[in-house]
Amino acid sequence: MTKKWLPAIAVLALGASLVACGSDSASDDAAATEDTMATEDTMAPTDDTTAAPAADGTSWESNFTPWTADAAPVKCGPKEGEPLKAAWVYVGPINDGGWTQAHDASRLAVQEKFGDKIVTTYKENVPEGDQTAQVIDDLIADGNTLIFGTSFGFQDAFAAAAEKNPDICFEFATGYKSAPNLSQFYGSAEDTDYLTGMAAGYASKTGKLGILAAFPIPEVIRGVNAWTLGARAANPKAEVKLVWTNNWFDPALERKTAEALIAGGADVIGVKSQDSPASGDAAKAAGVPWAGYDSDQSANYPDVWLTATTYHWDVYEIPRIQSIFDGTWVAGNYYGDIEDTFVRLAPYGKLVSEEAKAAIEAKKAEFIKAPGSMFTGPLNDNTGKEVIPAGKSATYGELMSQNFLVEGVDGEIPAS
Amino acid sequence: MNNSLLIVILASAIFYGTPLLFAALGGVFTERSGVLNLGVEGMMLIGGVSGAWASQHVGGSAWFTVFASILIAMFAGGLTALLHAFLCVTLKANQTVAGLSITIFAGALGLSSYFANVWKVAAHPVTRPIRKLDVFGLADTPVLGPLLFNHTILTYVSWVLVAVSSFYLFRTKTGLQLRAVGESPQTADAMGISVVKYRYFHTILGGMLAGIGGAFYSLAIVSTWVDGLTKGAGWIAIALVIFGFWRPDLTLVGAYLFGALQSLGTTLKARSFHISGDLLDALPFIMTIVVLVLVSSRFAHKRLGAPAALGVPYEREER
Repeated sequence: MTKKWLPAIAVLALGASLVACGSDSASDDAAATEDTMATEDTMAPTDDTTAAPAADGTSWESNFTPWTADAAPVKCGPKEGEPLKAAWVYVGPINDGGWTQAHDASRLAVQEKFGDKIVTTYKENVPEGDQTAQVIDDLIADGNTLIFGTSFGFQDAFAAAAEKNPDICFEFATGYKSAPNLSQFYGSAEDTDYLTGMAAGYASKTGKLGILAAFPIPEVIRGVNAWTLGARAANPKAEVKLVWTNNWFDPALERKTAEALIAGGADVIGVKSQDSPASGDAAKAAGVPWAGYDSDQSANYPDVWLTATTYHWDVYEIPRIQSIFDGTWVAGNYYGDIEDTFVRLAPYGKLVSEEAKAAIEAKKAEFIKAPGSMFTGPLNDNTGKEVIPAGKSATYGELMSQNFLVEGVDGEIPAS
Repeated sequence: MNNSLLIVILASAIFYGTPLLFAALGGVFTERSGVLNLGVEGMMLIGGVSGAWASQHVGGSAWFTVFASILIAMFAGGLTALLHAFLCVTLKANQTVAGLSITIFAGALGLSSYFANVWKVAAHPVTRPIRKLDVFGLADTPVLGPLLFNHTILTYVSWVLVAVSSFYLFRTKTGLQLRAVGESPQTADAMGISVVKYRYFHTILGGMLAGIGGAFYSLAIVSTWVDGLTKGAGWIAIALVIFGFWRPDLTLVGAYLFGALQSLGTTLKARSFHISGDLLDALPFIMTIVVLVLVSSRFAHKRLGAPAALGVPYEREER
């Protein structure tokens, strides 16, 4: 009998030691916080100038347009004396080292800014599909009156939920659907993608570059095009080999794809809309310059780092939440830019030459005046067809529905 | 030459097949003892997160750090497997359910992610990843370089391990007794072999090897931890055990075949081959399903060499 219970006791002891281990290392961590925190800070996408209005530029408001001019504000604020309950719905884990991490950094900034006036929650790894609606319902049942959606594939569920719950405020990133209580927010990543592409173009010796991108939807296509135009501004003969991964977040696949691009002859690697920095590991192993996406990885990949587009969602989210407290929240469309600091260019790596930096900074000044102006004619697609005639620029609507690949992209948009 | 399609695919087959090989070899041992382990995915993730943690916290020379992280990943995987062994061998729980619960409990939304958050593993990349070596400076040799001389230390270890495992299983007395336990625990018991001991030991050994497989993901493939990093590799490993007929040498072949399938899609896409990338990416999983369906038939169990007592808890007095 005693013998039979030995394993049980052993496992219990192990379990206990595991727990002890856990807390031990937690306190170890606390002791070693100095150095870990330092590294962490360089990782956190929104550590600097959080929510500070642009130093000399416009505030976020000039980039926000209500759907209708005389819309009545949606009253989704809390009852007197209670905190506002706000929830964020994420497609990936909060530590993905990219997209979702940037969103969660914004949530934390919101929490810090409003303190006990707000209670924030999040749901991570939410699948795009039927389950999204279930998650939203649960969040509303829990008393959340403000819900942020952060992935394109959530859009239908958000639009449906907005119709069903007219008293709840919905904020949706990277979509296009509108409702009296559903806002859209995103920003001119094409500007910083273009600048990142310039850095890549200058870093390439052979003029053969590679980029991996998530899904062939306008938001991503626009970024790939801008990146390519930037690379070709640096080197007019540059060719960019494009591979769709059909995944937002799959670190091993992202690394594999970058490896395949390098083996296929690319001497600089870029990324669009991939949420992990894993392609940087392939670049690091091969010693190939790497332009990242959506997080400053300069500290983690110093030998290969060029630069990247980073998003600062709190630039928009903090004043929007303030407007709920003020009782003035109306739905609309926000498209941030470099000027209001919603999109920023991550610090340059050592592989970015002085010549490249000067050219990039000059172009950046142009984009501050005219966001999205790289899509100005004459512009051909990669089959040789003219897509924007000389003297014309793509309108906002055309940008939002862009469905061609510019000359210089070696790849295609799969028929769907 | 070394960038030719065939060489690139073969080299990446070995690289991406290595974690599968470790996990599948572990599965061979576990299943040979008669314990079905569907918790491999969870054990890999626990191993992966522990290895990444160790790599960030163990000082000393680079080699020492790598060695220590692998050891700690093994230990963590082994601990998880101990839980499985306790459930299956001591409590005689349904092995399928026990394995599934381990994967759910330890998996992408469970313990491994919890540890990642508590230990702040994802906050920065591992400082000492496991890199590919340039053995004897021959990495750039045409053809043989990428195939033989440009792998991580774990790949070389896995080759030795395959040889040692084959020898152990088929040429030693303990190996014979292990197989007896998996085939007919009653007989083994009557011969004076401790079924409980054998099953515990080999289940834990399997978990340790799965832990190394997980660490390969977090230390060699991707140097920054992300939750759910292995993305189903544990399930492929389970299929590989069957695919390899519970033999280490054939498991190696299977692991590299699946490794090749995993990287085939991206390699072809990067070279502008016009085929459906989605289909190629799905191939490893389609293969997994096909293999599992084929070998789960009664015929397969009889003919392919599945341990007869696989998945059956051993009760001394029961017939």
